[in-house]
Amino acid sequence: MEMSLNWYLTLSSVLFITGTLGFLFRRNIIVMLMSVELMLNAVNLTLVALSQATADTAGQILVFFVIAVAAAEAAVGLAIVIAIFRGNQTIDISKIKLFRY
Amino acid sequence: MAGQILFFALAVTAIAAGIGTVWSRSPVNSALWLILNLFCIAGLYLTLNAQFIAVIQVLVYAGAIMVLFLFVIMLLNLSEKPSFTRMTFARIFGFFLVMGVLALLTYAVAAGLDVLPENVVPEAAAVSGSPSALARALFTQYALPFELIGVLLLAATIGAVVIAKRKPV
Repeated sequence: MEMSLNWYLTLSSVLFITGTLGFLFRRNIIVMLMSVELMLNAVNLTLVALSQATADTAGQILVFFVIAVAAAEAAVGLAIVIAIFRGNQTIDISKIKLFRY
Repeated sequence: MAGQILFFALAVTAIAAGIGTVWSRSPVNSALWLILNLFCIAGLYLTLNAQFIAVIQVLVYAGAIMVLFLFVIMLLNLSEKPSFTRMTFARIFGFFLVMGVLALLTYAVAAGLDVLPENVVPEAAAVSGSPSALARALFTQYALPFELIGVLLLAATIGAVVIAKRKPV
């Protein structure tokens, strides 16, 4: 199990790094939110792999809650995107200046 | 061996889909790549013997959250037309062919280095990943967080409606 746990952890770290790079380097708000979902998924994979390696259900319960929070986050985040788009007619973060001045 | 090749196939496809999410120019393409990535991760949960989480992943992520994303992308109706690369049979077949070859290559390299995942579906995990075991823990030990998450979802729903209906800033 040790070896296979390492494989899962490696995969999830690669996915997490992909999501981080997407969040840092894309300027489209929607793609940034999707990168956040990618990162959340990588963490969920880590949690499930560790929970199964230790035969402990707590990790999977936590994944269940993380998925619920991710649903809430996506709903509120996309509502904010719509609100910003109404005012600025763009979803490019380099053109949005809500906090300038 | 079949389980190990399945793991590598799912892993390679998940990474490729993740890169596609970040890389593709149009948000619609990103969303479709992300859906593929979510399905692959659900498959990986199955190889870990976590059936309940795998089903929840497909239902909530691929079902609900991604539909929400696609709806918002369409609602915003961006001025530049999303350059949606057409999905032909050849492209899809080629993609999965490449993923299969990559999975076999990774398997071969891992076997050569003698670092193969020994037992992808561990014996002890079969019990802890089943829906009944999770439900027992969820409704007894974690009953209060479970109720609180319901309140959080209600608050998020109301908040989303209020924010989206607000006057432009």
